[in-house]
Amino acid sequence: MSKIEFMQGNTACAEGALAAGCNFFGGYPITPSTEIAEHMARRLPKKDGVFIQMEDEIASIAAVIGASWTGARAMTATSGPGFSLMMENIGYAVMTETPCVIVNIQRGGPSTGQPTMGAQGDMLQCRFGSHGDYSTIALCPSSAQEMYDLTVKAFNLADRFRLPVFVMSDEVIAHTRERITIPDHVEIVPRRPLEKGTLPFHGGDDGVPGFPEFGRGHGVHVTGLTHDERGYPEATDPHIHETLVRRLVSKVESARHDIADYEVVNPDAETVFVTYGPPTRTVKQVMHDHPDDNVGHLHLRIVWPFPERLLKIFTNAKTFIVPEMNMGQIVREVERHTCLPVIRVPKLGGELHTPDELHKLLEARP
Amino acid sequence: MTFLDWYREDRLPHIYCTGCGNGTVINCTLEAVEQMGWAVDDTVFISGIGCSSRAPGYIKTDSLHTTHGRALAFATGVKLANPRLNVVVFTGDGDLAAIGGNHFIHACRRNVDLTVVCMNNMIYGMTGGQGSPCTPVGAISTTTPYGAAEPVFDLSELAVTAGANYVARWTSYHVKELTKAVKVGLETPGFSFIEALTQCPTAYGRRNKLRQVSDMINYLRTNVILIQKTQRMRERGEAVPKDKIPVGEFVRRNRPAMGVPK
Repeated sequence: MSKIEFMQGNTACAEGALAAGCNFFGGYPITPSTEIAEHMARRLPKKDGVFIQMEDEIASIAAVIGASWTGARAMTATSGPGFSLMMENIGYAVMTETPCVIVNIQRGGPSTGQPTMGAQGDMLQCRFGSHGDYSTIALCPSSAQEMYDLTVKAFNLADRFRLPVFVMSDEVIAHTRERITIPDHVEIVPRRPLEKGTLPFHGGDDGVPGFPEFGRGHGVHVTGLTHDERGYPEATDPHIHETLVRRLVSKVESARHDIADYEVVNPDAETVFVTYGPPTRTVKQVMHDHPDDNVGHLHLRIVWPFPERLLKIFTNAKTFIVPEMNMGQIVREVERHTCLPVIRVPKLGGELHTPDELHKLLEARP
Repeated sequence: MTFLDWYREDRLPHIYCTGCGNGTVINCTLEAVEQMGWAVDDTVFISGIGCSSRAPGYIKTDSLHTTHGRALAFATGVKLANPRLNVVVFTGDGDLAAIGGNHFIHACRRNVDLTVVCMNNMIYGMTGGQGSPCTPVGAISTTTPYGAAEPVFDLSELAVTAGANYVARWTSYHVKELTKAVKVGLETPGFSFIEALTQCPTAYGRRNKLRQVSDMINYLRTNVILIQKTQRMRERGEAVPKDKIPVGEFVRRNRPAMGVPK
């Protein structure tokens, strides 16, 4: 039997991770993500897992990557300043195709900014923040329930595609206590092991190599240098570099419609909200308070890779409205994938858009 | 098996310059590993960035060549997640003492069951000879063209103070002593730190009147003093020569350690 619980988003995230088989957590305290580390510190040792508080966020993500190479389901959780510190090793995880989960409980930036206020200001950083070309997966919960469900999903995606996967939440969802349903059982899709006789960095059909876990006799050399399919450094061969980087990008991008996770309301509407994370709740409130078949809603649970084809579901659309708790980040994706007018509704300061603010926009329609 | 059997032959030739001391240190380390009777499949070599850190790529175990300065943080994750694995870290003075300094002292403090071999050539070799926290005062490098002005980090003393269970320093001239020290490090539960002063004729010697490989090896041979001797001199109230680098075993103890296999 599933259980009903009342918990904050951060706890739901930690519980989701444990349900997904997370057995290694490396982290560093930072508001507003700390409850995740605290919960893991209590729970992991009792499940024969490892919790370690590292000396900083650079070390946290490094330890997580190291643990992952021994086969562990490993994660860290942080917020903006710590996320910035992790960027180099995130690129290392991308290059070495190391599965791991990185939770970013976003707060107002830049810099130390607003530690106790919510924001969605790191949405481009999680996609482009480390140097070089790459692609990645980012999930955006809009409730405690989604914190649980999407954290489970993040582990499965990380193992399936062999990359760092981001749970891009925020202070509002992390600290809101609400009802969630904890299922008896969650689906766990383990990473595919490397078959003997196969090269450790050969992409195969889907571009994702089998995983050569340390200690299993694979004798794999893992390096952040450009490497050939054996894993050996080949940092000056243009062809090897291009082949590798194109595979790292295409293994994600070619699967983006398969990866997509979303909810569509009123697909025939002319005015369509596109949201992820907390503004999703405000839009739902507006649509509840002012029922109107001509107002549609595309709620994205996975923002990267951006599933641009979903915009075409709304065949009668005349306008897209994109409320975000930033100066306008994901709205750029919407704009570049449609010729229709797109209304940006940026919000800074840490508070949610109010239903009134969004309803006034609807009333102002021509 | 001999230590040569640990090499990944299809990766040779290596990138090291003629006269580099790193090969000697790798040989000593692999000889010690071989003496331990460890299995290739149960052993992991981890490194950061720099000349020293290219070593794991030439060894046929599983190996993790990580980011600059972070090897010990990665190694902490590997060892804690699977204590059954024998984890050895190769690093250098720039990698460990500059960008990785924080990870170094915290790995010592935690006393994670790792053995760290630091090839201290007193210079950034890979990037062409810039000054490091271990470049001697007065030495010329491309970023200290008028002589290094900053005091040097004593890595072994730092490791002792920060809590490592075993600390020793030798040089690439002292092959037998170095091999023995690495072996004791591998045997000791907890964090073991072995500092190996090495010659870098290309980036260091060339600019510091030690142009010949033998000049630098001679420098390493004659500029050291046994740590026991310095202790005896202190007890007798004699002045310890300031230009000599103490070598030998700095500490061997049994503080509580993390990641020791049960």
